[in-house]
Amino acid sequence: MNYARPEMLVSTEWVDQHQFDPHVVIVEVDVDTQAYEEGHIPGSLAWNWQKELCDTVRRDVIGKAELEKLLGDSGISNDTTIVLYGDNNNWFAAWALWQLKMYGHQDVRFMNGGRKKWLAEGRVLTKEVRKPEPATYKAADRDESIRSYLNEVQQAMRSNDYVMVDVRSNDEYTGKILSPAGLAETCQRGGHIPGAINIPWAQACNEDGTFKSREELETLYQSKGIAPDKNVIAYCRIGERSSHTWFVLKYLLGYDTVTNYDGSWTEWGNLVGAPVEKELAPNAVKQMA
Amino acid sequence: MIKAEDYFEEVRELDGIPVRITVYKISGEFHCHIFNADAGATIARCSAGDRETALQVALQKAAKRLHRSIIR
Repeated sequence: MNYARPEMLVSTEWVDQHQFDPHVVIVEVDVDTQAYEEGHIPGSLAWNWQKELCDTVRRDVIGKAELEKLLGDSGISNDTTIVLYGDNNNWFAAWALWQLKMYGHQDVRFMNGGRKKWLAEGRVLTKEVRKPEPATYKAADRDESIRSYLNEVQQAMRSNDYVMVDVRSNDEYTGKILSPAGLAETCQRGGHIPGAINIPWAQACNEDGTFKSREELETLYQSKGIAPDKNVIAYCRIGERSSHTWFVLKYLLGYDTVTNYDGSWTEWGNLVGAPVEKELAPNAVKQMA
Repeated sequence: MIKAEDYFEEVRELDGIPVRITVYKISGEFHCHIFNADAGATIARCSAGDRETALQVALQKAAKRLHRSIIR
């Protein structure tokens, strides 16, 4: 692997060999929060993204004290190697990783290919839930430099120093639908932030759930103007899909300045008076500025 | 020792909407998950003692849920 930070990924074989390593804690984070109960990697824990990885009252990421408790209860200390994996190309595992990086955890990695690859390879599973020995975890103050808020996005929309990548489906980007099929409608309008370029997040992955090669990823993003010399802002509907793209750009391609706008379309699409584009042509606003 | 067996995955259209279907067996139980093809969120699931029941029940649930979703 010639990724910018290859150590951020471990293989299913590596996990097989380290599943009972006392310095390693394996955590499953799924879109489908019941999947873990069907069977999971022996020794792994599960975090529920709906209950444990967000502040649903403030609509915010998990608070520092709550994160310290979650990690401590999971037997994780500051020098633990955390290996995250999940269903659907590690989608919500990426949401967890982004937050762990915000709070300064040094060694957190993905199992490349996630739950799908582990299952498809017929590797050993268990239904037993491990009871970890509690540990003490001290989180750093939140690093907001990997996150974008609304005001930054509003400025970025008119700046040539920034590019925005909308990682939702093409139908969401063009406003044909307000939310993915089968999910509740959560915004007033369809479309995208003016100037944003559409590259659906899962295009970064192969059919087996692993990440595409560095060369393929460079072609995917740079051919559409998502270049490493720009400040890149990724967004989706609620910030989870874009945390996956944030990971790809930051750690697999080594972009210096890339952020996740987790307010995403459910914030922008509900703003009074905010400009919205529906057509495919990017950069219309920047060309006018 | 348990493991997933007979792992199967395909993308097909359900009421004109592309969905990804996975079916596998763990410990004698078949698990079927149906995700919208993009973004990949779960829209239906079913576990049953045989593959056909798991698949058909999950498909019925998915069709019902997709029917309620709004497309403009």
